Amino acid sequence: MENKYVLKMEGITKEYFGNKVLKGVDLKVRPGEIHALMGENGAGKSTLMNILFGMPVIHSTGGFGGTIEFNGEPVNIENPHKAMQLGIGMVHQEFMLIPGFTVAENVKLGREISKATIASSVFGKSLERLDKPAMAEDTRVALNTIGLGVEDYAMVAGMPVGYMQFVEIAREIDKTGIKLMIFDEPTAVLTESEADRLLDTMRVIASKGIAIIFITHRINEVIEVTDSMTVLRDGTFVDRLETKDTTAARIAELMIGRQVEKLVDDMEEDNRKISDEDIMLELKNFYVDMPGEKVKGIDLKLRRGEILGIGGLAGQGKVGIPNGILGLYPASGEIHFDGESIDPTKLGDALHKGIAFVSEDRRGVGLLLKESIEQNITFTATQIQGKFLKHFGPFTQVDYKATKKHAQDMIKALDIRCTGPEQYSGRLSGGNQQKVCLARAITMDPKLLIVSEPTRGIDIGAKKLVLELLAKMNREQGMTIIMVSSELNELRSLCDRIAIVSDGKLTGIFAPDASDAEYGLAMSGVTEGGNA
Amino acid sequence: MTKDKIKKAIDAIGLPRLIVFCFFMAIVITAAVNDIDVASYFSSTLKYFGMWGILVLAMLPSIKCGIGPNFGVSLGIVCGLLGTLLAIQFNIAPAVEGILPGFGPWASMFFAIILSAVLSWLVGIAYGKLLNMVKGSEMTVTTYVGYSAIYLMCIVWFRAPFNSGEIIWPLGGVGVRNSVALETSFGWLLNDFLGFNIGPVFIPTGIILAVLLVSGFVFLYFRSKTGIAITAAGSNPTFARASGIDVDKMRVKGIALSTVLGAIGIIIYNQGFGYLQAYTAPLAMGFICVASILIGGATTTKATIMNVLIGTFLYQGLIIFTPPVSNHLLAGTDISDTMRQIIQNGVILYALAQTKGGD
Repeated sequence: MENKYVLKMEGITKEYFGNKVLKGVDLKVRPGEIHALMGENGAGKSTLMNILFGMPVIHSTGGFGGTIEFNGEPVNIENPHKAMQLGIGMVHQEFMLIPGFTVAENVKLGREISKATIASSVFGKSLERLDKPAMAEDTRVALNTIGLGVEDYAMVAGMPVGYMQFVEIAREIDKTGIKLMIFDEPTAVLTESEADRLLDTMRVIASKGIAIIFITHRINEVIEVTDSMTVLRDGTFVDRLETKDTTAARIAELMIGRQVEKLVDDMEEDNRKISDEDIMLELKNFYVDMPGEKVKGIDLKLRRGEILGIGGLAGQGKVGIPNGILGLYPASGEIHFDGESIDPTKLGDALHKGIAFVSEDRRGVGLLLKESIEQNITFTATQIQGKFLKHFGPFTQVDYKATKKHAQDMIKALDIRCTGPEQYSGRLSGGNQQKVCLARAITMDPKLLIVSEPTRGIDIGAKKLVLELLAKMNREQGMTIIMVSSELNELRSLCDRIAIVSDGKLTGIFAPDASDAEYGLAMSGVTEGGNA
Repeated sequence: MTKDKIKKAIDAIGLPRLIVFCFFMAIVITAAVNDIDVASYFSSTLKYFGMWGILVLAMLPSIKCGIGPNFGVSLGIVCGLLGTLLAIQFNIAPAVEGILPGFGPWASMFFAIILSAVLSWLVGIAYGKLLNMVKGSEMTVTTYVGYSAIYLMCIVWFRAPFNSGEIIWPLGGVGVRNSVALETSFGWLLNDFLGFNIGPVFIPTGIILAVLLVSGFVFLYFRSKTGIAITAAGSNPTFARASGIDVDKMRVKGIALSTVLGAIGIIIYNQGFGYLQAYTAPLAMGFICVASILIGGATTTKATIMNVLIGTFLYQGLIIFTPPVSNHLLAGTDISDTMRQIIQNGVILYALAQTKGGD
């Protein structure tokens, strides 16, 4: 009994357009056990669950390799309907509820209980009358099971987010014959007390013999509630552990653990003078309301001349920091920069005071895709500093000759592969677009350069070039740089210190050679200070 | 290989432009074959090109700033009408003519232009602020604003306390008459200015110069610091914000400029017409302007001065050449206005259906 698995996925492989995202992953879950599926962003958790649930995205991109056994029998799950018939339920990260319906109607959606009427005897089953009392009763049972104190006739619209999550769960456990439930980062949107209740609910569900796959980044929750776990890293299977035999530090290490390959060659000499006294930028009690990347009170000091990395998992708020400083999203708190203070509510204040920003959203924020490379490179400097302009009394004209000359210089200096400065930036490859964005930032001669996800979506060769360029600017021109990145590896190869952000708060500042366990714990929200 | 080349060429010119151009040429050839006086109709086309040029140009800033074609250009148009009526009311032309002979009409026209430009700039700013409140449905709102402006001004025209005999109804009383003659102010001023004949074709030099001059100013404006900021705000608002640009302000500037061009445009139009038409006469002008710039190859998100010039010429050419040809071929019917409606609204519909991203 102990070793009989309700779900056994073996040797699962999956390619998206030649890009291997799963390289032989195993996942085994026993009945009535809470099993954590862990890994960083992009480790392959979602893909694995999409395969298990038979999502169309899997089958429309060539299917997958490996075998799935459910309840001891090999199964072929070709669509979500099949998965539901087998007794697999999923609680989604984004709620799949209809706001204008009541709790009971949502719980029973698609599985309504109905009674025959005169019309239905003539026109068929679709005209049967809903048996509302019976539906309400079923819903009550489900709600009681998970201990949610709302009325079955309450409207879903306007409910707190936590309640909606529980309604979703109620819907899943109301399905008869459910054997396995998948919780996809259910605690991400919940408050602490709601999350605690959710964990309790999971225990209740598991005690009824239903197996649970729990996807999360939060190591604390995993230690608290699960029986066993599977750790994935970069699409490979790392280990299957019993929770009682392991520690938080060990889990963190397994999640991160990879060798730091040198992405940047060591610069011949490093004669920078970085001192804890010479602070260039200081954030105090800094909040940013950026959807999906909220910053919830950060204090951070940046020393002149250093490269500071800001890392953390997606959605934890690291990207919110630069966007808040630049005033692109509502922000509050103090920003002291080089003897001045910056008002984050005033758009362009940071730019005027000498901060340049390369956005993580290259195509959305970083470029004018339908304009020329030269226009893209010089635009911000023209607007903020009045460069590349000819003045005629009160009138200005863009100096296209100077613009072109500067763009040509930049194209040469950064090795931007293009047909010429007039080419549309939208036609360039990702790496070259990123160089155009960097060129625009450099054109402003900033005191501080903030780059956000500089290597996202560009190939490995271009990555190396971009990182080397950043290192060069730092070493040769003494430019202070903040680099925000999800790629811890990159941060460790380039930065002097790395700040880790989790759930909108700073969980530690580390030296690049700090251990994987330290990084892993900080990234999953366990605050232990840090040593740099 | 050649197939690819043809496809590329068609893509570069744009299919609708190509169809309209071919249709236009077919009509001109049919006209010539059927002994219709092509030269005089061509003269008309040139004249109407000049009359409409600046009105169509008014679409450019509103498209560039991200609001899309300004169906509500009527707001500028009524400002232009008001400026013109005030120029007549204050007897500018006769008064200046008395001091500086020959300059009366010019003074009258410039008075009207300057007055209505100031007025429409203010109105345009308010209009822009309104449009900033309804982001996402600008095209619907501009259409309604256009209609409302015309009908609101109907009440004003009806009750306005003008007392110049040229403006009020012939029987007296208050209110503006349906059409006010511009003979004593600046009617046909630009049309005749430096005009000359090439064979049977009359070239209205003044009005064409006016269109080119104003187009030149707009061209230069969009090469200024503010101009490129407006373009960037329209083409990618988040990009503009990341460069410290107040996108809403740029949209207001763009639509205000559009409104001013609408005001100047109607003054130039009226001088070419010789009359000023109040009340509901300008109701459909917004649609004609939108159709013209779209025929010229603009989209609802990108437009150039060349789109304006080519579009105005093609649209006016079609409108002028179609009636005689259709009347000749289908004697006894009057299908020309139906044709105009189909072309005008069909082109708008086509362009809106084509609204898509990419370069």
